[in-house]
Amino acid sequence: MMTDTVEVAFTGTIGAFSLDAAFTVPATGVTALFGPSGCGKTTTLRSIAGLHRIGSGRCVVGGDVWQDGDSFRPAHQRPIGYVFQEASLFAHLSVRRNLLFASRRGAATGAIAFDDVVGLLGIGAMLDRSPQHLSGGERQRVAIGRALLSQPKLLLMDEPLAALDHATRDEILPFLHLLHTTLKLPIIYVTHDMAEVEHLADYLVLMSSGRVVACGPLAALQSDAALPLAARRDATVSFDGTVGNYDTSYGLLTLHVAGGSFVVPSAWIAPGTRRRVQVAARDVSIGTSPAESTILNALPARIISRSPAGEYELVVVLGLGIDGNGARLLARVTRQSWDRLGLAVDRAVYAQIKGVALT
Amino acid sequence: MDALSPEIWTAIRLTVELATVTTVLLLIVGTPIAWWLSRSGSWWKEAVAAVVALPLVLPPTVLGFYLLVLLGPDGPGGRVASLWGARTLAFTFPGLVLGSTIYSLPFVVQPIRNAFAAIGPRPLEVAATLRASPRRAFWTVAVPLARPGFLTGAVLGFAHTVGEFGIVLMIGGSIPGQTKVLSVAIYDFVETSHWGEASILAGGMVVFGFAVILAMMLLEKRIGQSGV
Repeated sequence: MMTDTVEVAFTGTIGAFSLDAAFTVPATGVTALFGPSGCGKTTTLRSIAGLHRIGSGRCVVGGDVWQDGDSFRPAHQRPIGYVFQEASLFAHLSVRRNLLFASRRGAATGAIAFDDVVGLLGIGAMLDRSPQHLSGGERQRVAIGRALLSQPKLLLMDEPLAALDHATRDEILPFLHLLHTTLKLPIIYVTHDMAEVEHLADYLVLMSSGRVVACGPLAALQSDAALPLAARRDATVSFDGTVGNYDTSYGLLTLHVAGGSFVVPSAWIAPGTRRRVQVAARDVSIGTSPAESTILNALPARIISRSPAGEYELVVVLGLGIDGNGARLLARVTRQSWDRLGLAVDRAVYAQIKGVALT
Repeated sequence: MDALSPEIWTAIRLTVELATVTTVLLLIVGTPIAWWLSRSGSWWKEAVAAVVALPLVLPPTVLGFYLLVLLGPDGPGGRVASLWGARTLAFTFPGLVLGSTIYSLPFVVQPIRNAFAAIGPRPLEVAATLRASPRRAFWTVAVPLARPGFLTGAVLGFAHTVGEFGIVLMIGGSIPGQTKVLSVAIYDFVETSHWGEASILAGGMVVFGFAVILAMMLLEKRIGQSGV
């Protein structure tokens, strides 16, 4: 048994809802539980936290058995942090007392320091205020800080952005990013918003009607034509690359990914930095030669598979590189174009990419 | 205050003493009942709630009758009393406290139960995810958040004990300094045609009752505005 994993298997019913969810994910980075409302993501997360006790369940985190057969460790004995959809701050305590609730003696001790969390989340100015006088975004930041200061070994987040408006969401997202990069804390993140998944997740668990549809690294699931993600109109593949050269005269950054390199308009970033890029299927077209055009990125690739998307279009999976063994991309093309260019599976082509989003 | 005889002062002191002891006891007994009623999913919790609420609808004489049987020499109360050489718990101060506690229980349990229910499960779940044991979550989260319910319950329990009559008369009688509380004193004054004393006490009770209810309404309004 691997000890650096989160292993989960819950079978049972709650009211009329039946859950049968099993997956094993690495206990590092961000794992997103993604699916439509009512698919059982929150129930699964609550079961991991010990807030629900599912009929028959098994939950092993980093080698520690939290639930198995008749053994069940109650929520307050599990080293978790939990961020609810609504901040749920204690109304009778100041922001500071909320943050320090988990530390018995009123002072944070442990690997995650009080000042670091306050600085990271930018909540220093509101420590002595009452939660009632905070904005929605501020409250959610305090709630995240409070969860972190309980010194968790696993952070569980249940749609922490869903109750916020767009502007506030954009205010919090960078903090979540920072969390991810500064703290080596595994996160399980429930969401029904694909944009959040693309932004944050390393690993993805796809759920539907109480079942796990697929589970794996984000890019692998995004580029799997057999899964519903690839058929979405906004289908996108995210991958992490290493920053290379910077062309100061044109403001263009080179980013190396498996099997090729992208050129992206961007401000300067230190070479060697890991950054994530997103490429939407509708921004990728397929050419049989590296034609002269205004498109910056035309990378050699090979066609891996094709599958219909609606009546007139196809979703094509491309593998970057001459041999097609590099990172996978999706391209959305019409059936007419496919036939006109005489495309076929395993054929060497050029992936012409109109837009690469750097996050 | 020369108008008040020592007899009246004794009755006032006894009444306040009884109401204070009873209120403390009501909070100690009522809080766990209210907590259980607000949290339990058990099907017979409403049956328990109905038993707690019975004093609201029963004539005090019915309760008084049963208490008399229980506290008397042949009941369990008599056996308890024999521990310190007494014959019965009826017609004693402890007996009065017990009767008052049972009689005023619904007035304390109901507001505390409502306050606990109004908190909802979320704050306690949050406390659990922050490593608080159920006991710690109760004291540091549930009780402070339910404070308005405790205030209302304590005030109602106190005032209702001050205002009870029938049950006191049944199980307490009218022993000065032991069981003769204000309501009984008024009754005795009227029986013996001491109209002056009776009217002073009756008037005082009206003022007290009005003040308590007004204070509570103002308090509830203030708490409601502060959004707690």
